Amino acid sequence: MSNKLSEVINTLRRLEGPLQVSAGPEQVTVVTAAPALAQVCAQVAQACDARLATSVGCDERLLGRGFQVYFVFAADRAGAFITVQAELDENAPVFPSLTARLPAANWHEREMHDLLGFLPQGHPDLRPLVLHPGWPKGFFPLRKDAQLPPSPFQVAGDLDMPGVTGQGVYQLPVGPIHAGVIEPGHFRFFLDGEQILSLEAQLFYVHRGAEKLIEGRTPALALPVVERLCATCSASHAIGFCQAVEALSGVEIPPRARHLRTLYLELERLYNHLGDMGNICAGLSYHLGNYLGASSKEALVSLNAELTGHRYLMGVAALGGVRADLPGHAPERIRTVLAQAYRDLQELLSGITTSPSVLDRLENTGRLSREVALELALVGPAARASGVDRDARRDHPYLAYSDLKLLVPLRSAGDVYSRLMVRADEAQVSMDLVNQLLRTLPAGPVRTDVPPLPPRRQALSWIESPRGESVHWVQGGNDGTIYRYRLRSASYQNWPAVPQAVLGNIVPDFPLVNKSFELCYSCTDR
Amino acid sequence: MAEHSPAVVVTARSQPTQELAQAVNWKVQRLFRRSLQVRAVDAGSCNGCEWELVAALNAIYDLQRLGVDIVASPRHADALLVTGMVTRNLELALLRTFEATPHPKLVIAVGACAGTGCVFRGSYAVHPGVGEVLPVDVYIPGCPPTPGAILQGLLVAMGRLEPPARRQEFVE
Repeated sequence: MSNKLSEVINTLRRLEGPLQVSAGPEQVTVVTAAPALAQVCAQVAQACDARLATSVGCDERLLGRGFQVYFVFAADRAGAFITVQAELDENAPVFPSLTARLPAANWHEREMHDLLGFLPQGHPDLRPLVLHPGWPKGFFPLRKDAQLPPSPFQVAGDLDMPGVTGQGVYQLPVGPIHAGVIEPGHFRFFLDGEQILSLEAQLFYVHRGAEKLIEGRTPALALPVVERLCATCSASHAIGFCQAVEALSGVEIPPRARHLRTLYLELERLYNHLGDMGNICAGLSYHLGNYLGASSKEALVSLNAELTGHRYLMGVAALGGVRADLPGHAPERIRTVLAQAYRDLQELLSGITTSPSVLDRLENTGRLSREVALELALVGPAARASGVDRDARRDHPYLAYSDLKLLVPLRSAGDVYSRLMVRADEAQVSMDLVNQLLRTLPAGPVRTDVPPLPPRRQALSWIESPRGESVHWVQGGNDGTIYRYRLRSASYQNWPAVPQAVLGNIVPDFPLVNKSFELCYSCTDR
Repeated sequence: MAEHSPAVVVTARSQPTQELAQAVNWKVQRLFRRSLQVRAVDAGSCNGCEWELVAALNAIYDLQRLGVDIVASPRHADALLVTGMVTRNLELALLRTFEATPHPKLVIAVGACAGTGCVFRGSYAVHPGVGEVLPVDVYIPGCPPTPGAILQGLLVAMGRLEPPARRQEFVE
């Protein structure tokens, strides 16, 4: 056990209140009573310098434990995850809301309210989040005894949006179906002229109930669902899920599989970052940049197809390793395609940085301060562009990352330009990582057997996806199947920052600001 | 409106060939007076189908050179490309989009989710495919279908609007 981790445990033991502290490798669990939950969480966050990483509400009545809530905090400097757990009353599942003290908990608590019927007392905004208005009353899908009424129903879906009012203030509704080929979401702008005074977003239009669907399945049958939660984070999610299952079953994957998984994760980051840079250019009508980004992305997803059979890397991950080894000519092909991608990136960057009209749109647009980024516990390029030095690959190393030399690029201005440049820098770091991986690729098998899930235990895993750290939480049931699974994707954590970043900007810049975060709706909505 | 004829499932191909592109272009010229306007609706996709559709517009596949374009409003559209299994949260918005599209209109279900619900079939939050909600003309399978498969699907879909006597299917 590292010194830093024992420090964290000692700090936790000194906290006041009815606590029970237990520790495993890299993970600490604090059990408390429901009424003290908010206070304990706030203390843990402060004393251990930890941020909210994920939360899980769970109906464990079939495991003989009643309703449980888990709030998981990440202490990045100590490299540890701290879970605060409390049992709720079965007849009145109530706990004090964390949101006033930890704004990052806002969506987490609203989601528990929607899907489990838990009541976070004192929450400032308990409007529906995941299940839009119009769902049958009293239907809590993640409860084990949930049942949809037999009569057909249609979800009307119009959410009450108070926003701001005043003389000359008007509203501009956009979506859920947008003009471009993008995912659905409803945005309501409250405007004074062109200036955005407030933005309310209604998301979760692509809520597919995936977490419920996975319950009662073996991990092998759950994997195809997990990797289809989001196409552009597919490898990240599939590998993250496999890691959680392997941690639960106590399986160590072969060294070659560790390297190959890392390789796929970096290839995924690369095509995303180059494509996203092109998309940002589309958001500001800089078409040459858009074409360059799109062509470069096309070359990289074609490389994916050549290496793995799938353009978006679906099916590469398998429990216990990866599905198949690379073809023999892979290293050479990867180097060739990456060399071209590097040239494309340089051309794209020189186009952007030498064009005053492009820079004018990028700089100072959609500013997000470091304070807000910290408060909302942002992750990924969005956090790093606002000067929050946070990267799960370095802070909580997994797979082959501890063997690699990894630079974490950082910017401080928090505007669209910073988010673009963080991606550009990270893409170059990824190219370097891929080269390091190809140089040090160990020989041997690429897959090992995974025994059935042990009953009534849970495990956590984390992956730095292209959009930031995603956290997977898997719990085994009584019979080797999954009892509860939750994915907190990077996009889910970062969405609340978008309405903050657009304040004071003009409406025509919204697509640009939105694209600079490039958040997936699909792995947010699940 | 005439009775809806049974939907067609496209046999997908992976890469568009020159012949396929020419056939699409020929049908667009003849049946749509040089421009086929398509409106894309994400009804619960994982975004994979969207990215493949965007890829079909990139400089390599360049769908626009064949006279096919994605339009911003259903009121300008000849065809709806629907992806995803149709989530309950989005069902009404999709129906309104369909109503806003002028006749005659084609509905093309893109991807495995739009076909059957794919791995999400059976969830409380989704319908098992677009066919449950809208009259589908053509199904394009794939998870996600490649740009080539989407092109093939557009070709088959356009053929549905030809008078039967003049219908000529594309043969390689």
